[in-house]
Amino acid sequence: MSDQKKLAIIATKGTLDWAYPPFILASTAAALDYEVEIFFTFYGLQLVRKDLSGLKVSPLGNPGMPMKMPFGPKWFRGINWNIPNIIQANIPGFESLATVLMKKTIANTGVATIAELRELCQEAEVRFTACQMTVDLFGFDHSDFIDGMEYAGAAKFFEFAGESDICLYL
Amino acid sequence: MANFDQELDASGLNCPLPILRAKKTLGGMESGQVLRIVATDPGSVKDFEAFAKQTGNTLLSSGEEGGKFVFLIKKA
Repeated sequence: MSDQKKLAIIATKGTLDWAYPPFILASTAAALDYEVEIFFTFYGLQLVRKDLSGLKVSPLGNPGMPMKMPFGPKWFRGINWNIPNIIQANIPGFESLATVLMKKTIANTGVATIAELRELCQEAEVRFTACQMTVDLFGFDHSDFIDGMEYAGAAKFFEFAGESDICLYL
Repeated sequence: MANFDQELDASGLNCPLPILRAKKTLGGMESGQVLRIVATDPGSVKDFEAFAKQTGNTLLSSGEEGGKFVFLIKKA
């Protein structure tokens, strides 16, 4: 089908929150019959590791992130815990705690897990390419990543992106 | 009331799961058959309109029943 639309995404972020946009947009585009390719580079490589447990969310220095509790009565859940950066930065394990709470919120709201969305992308034949330069830079091995990856450089990205209808840097 | 061939319960699922499940279910159906989808995500109302427009499947109806959103989509 030569008139098939194409979506090219560069995924550069390696946190739990920013893991969502590339996989949500890629899987949805695939459902809308787009041909989709995601180029994972720098911290985006975290999104294609076999082990996703390293994906965390950090409220530190992120004034846009509401900090609400995923349990308790409604009035309690509605409180936005405005904890100053200096306190967040000095509590060991603050990121891990925020991540646990975020994962609970994700489950409560019927939002898919990253592993689930990633699998749906693969089922829908979204192509995953990892930037070989950053794989080397961060000391990763191909065995750290899920099966079905391609490893290439910037030129490979442009081969597809140059023909794409939509190109996103996330 | 068999005015559909298959049913998909996407209750409790959030974006983009209702669309992805609908796409998958439609994939296993014959052309001309009708899929009934039940969803609770308020965003799915606009999303199923857009999905139908872009995939060429026909959105026969979109409405609310007992606090849930119900869609009928005919496969192209």
